[in-house]
Amino acid sequence: MISDLFSVTVLVGILASGIRLATPYLYAAIGETFSQRSGVLNLGVEGQMLLGAFAAFYVTLTTGNLWLGLMTAMLVGALMGLAMAYVTVNLQAQQGISGIGFYLFGLGMSDLLFQKLMGTVETVKGFPKIHIPGLSDIPGIGEIFFSQNILVYGAYLLVPIAWFVLNKTTLGLKIRSVGENPDAADSLGVNVGRIRYFTIILGGILSGVAGASLSIALLNVFQQNMTSGQGFIAVALVYFGAWRPTGVLGGALLFSLINALQLWVQVLNIPVPSEIAVMMPYVLTILVLVTSVSKVRAPSALSKPFEREN
Amino acid sequence: MDDAPSYGYLSVAVIRSLQVESVLHEVMAATMKKVFESEWVSRLIDGLLPVFATLAALLVGAVMLLFLKVNPIEAYKALWVGAFGTSNAFAETLVKATPLLLVGLGICISFRGDVINIGGEGQMIIGAIVATWVGLTFTTLPGWLVITLAMLAGFAGGAVWGGIPGVLKAYFRVNEILSTVMMNAIAVQLMNFLLRGPMIDPAQAELASKIPQTARLLEIFRLPRLIPTRLHLGALIAVILAVLVYILLWRTTLGYRIRAVGQNPHASRYAGIKVPRYIVLALLLSGAFSGLAGATQVFGVNYRMITDGSASGFTGSAGFNGIVAALFGQLHPIWSIPASILFGALLVGANSMQRVVQVPSALVIALNGLVVVFVVSSEIWRQKRQRRRLSVARQDGDSPPPADEQPVPHTEAGT
Repeated sequence: MISDLFSVTVLVGILASGIRLATPYLYAAIGETFSQRSGVLNLGVEGQMLLGAFAAFYVTLTTGNLWLGLMTAMLVGALMGLAMAYVTVNLQAQQGISGIGFYLFGLGMSDLLFQKLMGTVETVKGFPKIHIPGLSDIPGIGEIFFSQNILVYGAYLLVPIAWFVLNKTTLGLKIRSVGENPDAADSLGVNVGRIRYFTIILGGILSGVAGASLSIALLNVFQQNMTSGQGFIAVALVYFGAWRPTGVLGGALLFSLINALQLWVQVLNIPVPSEIAVMMPYVLTILVLVTSVSKVRAPSALSKPFEREN
Repeated sequence: MDDAPSYGYLSVAVIRSLQVESVLHEVMAATMKKVFESEWVSRLIDGLLPVFATLAALLVGAVMLLFLKVNPIEAYKALWVGAFGTSNAFAETLVKATPLLLVGLGICISFRGDVINIGGEGQMIIGAIVATWVGLTFTTLPGWLVITLAMLAGFAGGAVWGGIPGVLKAYFRVNEILSTVMMNAIAVQLMNFLLRGPMIDPAQAELASKIPQTARLLEIFRLPRLIPTRLHLGALIAVILAVLVYILLWRTTLGYRIRAVGQNPHASRYAGIKVPRYIVLALLLSGAFSGLAGATQVFGVNYRMITDGSASGFTGSAGFNGIVAALFGQLHPIWSIPASILFGALLVGANSMQRVVQVPSALVIALNGLVVVFVVSSEIWRQKRQRRRLSVARQDGDSPPPADEQPVPHTEAGT
């Protein structure tokens, strides 16, 4: 019962699955961080994840090649990003709403392709666990941190890379300036449109990977609407993390640890209604948004289309 | 030789006629320009933009159908017949259109107030839960009274579920897109919890299967049918409310302030409008209409609540599709009526398309997404034309043509 929660094996299990469950959130939310820092709110993440998940799964199922599957997911995400970039940069469409459009497109399209090409739920053998020699033998710690699959490691590697690119490179400076003051950036010769194309497409690619991490690394199945709102959560995590990769990491970990805890509560038959347990991460996210958002400032040009003065 | 002068005459005539023609051309071109720049023609083009957007989406859909090795004409024919072919089919279209219109009316209010409410799914669920509770509790009261109370309860339930993100946005600066998404997820779990536990059908509670559903409503609590089909009173209520929302938005101070805050919150603040209050109101009203949509689904269509664990299992994604319908109706309550019927038709027709040509109805969800993208993308042409109109008017020294909206409120006194 409740005391079971505090046994070492269960705690290790919760931490290990928490680390693992954060993977899709990290990819999608880091991608979204890039696009929001450049001033673009991409609400289509969920749709990009769904299409990415399907593409990765289907290609893996038919070719047996996981890497080919992953690359297809990235390509699909990039194409969705390209379309989104054209609509938001060239046509200056309202970002929140067009994102909903892309979400519905991805939702319907992945379902359609699933029913037409597969029809039934199948499974694949996903990316295997990689035991890091030496480190994975440490009791507890080894299972939690050093016995995960490659996409999990990749997600955590992405955080310092994203931090470095955003804060220490010229590209990052350009991205941030385009998101804060596109007029000033433009007058200094930064190509606002090109930067935004780059970040939106990058976001699409990472969302594709996020979807793939679900379908060919964590769950190893594809089902209709299998992301079930994770893409929207990823967008929330960007706000939660105050538009910083490290903050996003904290949010993703917190969210997925609570989720893991909730799963274990159900596994151990603790008398908490499972629906209430599932609800908790969302309630908590709202509470954290309430307490944190008013202290940090969003990129000034977020969700505002840029139009060059004559 | 006699011909020579006539030749000359002829050539003069030709030149004359050519001149006349070129003058005519100029006049015509000028007229055409005038016509294109005139108010009602540009309004007509603006109004037709969503139609073009739909046609474009259907065209993309046709290409997708070709890839699926299905004859698009056959598929779209099945869709049309399924939606409008018989009076039953048309009634079914209207039944599907009803929640879309109700959600869409709420969207007209919130989006006009520059508040992006994507919590329609959750608000529908909460409205339905509260209304169902009323219907299952007050079983001794007369039918008309319970129906009225249940509809009001649904309205209120949705208002609360929309009002919470409203308060969070207005007073805690929490982005409403995120909070409404979270509220959707919470509502789904609340529904699952209640339908599996406290509100489960007593008959099911005794069975091993325990289907998560409530008891059936009494027959006298059902919304009356309008004609001998499944079409129910909810459709009529929705249309009447569309007119009321139009009046609210354009004929009352409350609606004016909501729109003013949506157009320019800073100017509204200077004009003395309490901006946060109207942000809350916009989301609250928006949620209320979605809640009513949920209530009419229970009292007009299913007569009980049942869950498959997901939101769309109950709502049929009306919370999202209502956004599509309202955008298509250019966020105008009256235009949202035909828009809802169109999307209701697409949803009903999709099922018959699935039966006849074996194309999963998910195609229509994808096409809805494309319609949204195309409609918001086509905004740029509308804006460009409006700007050109304004600059032409400025050059002519005329007073500028009346814009769609009063951009800034001048004379609002504080309240």
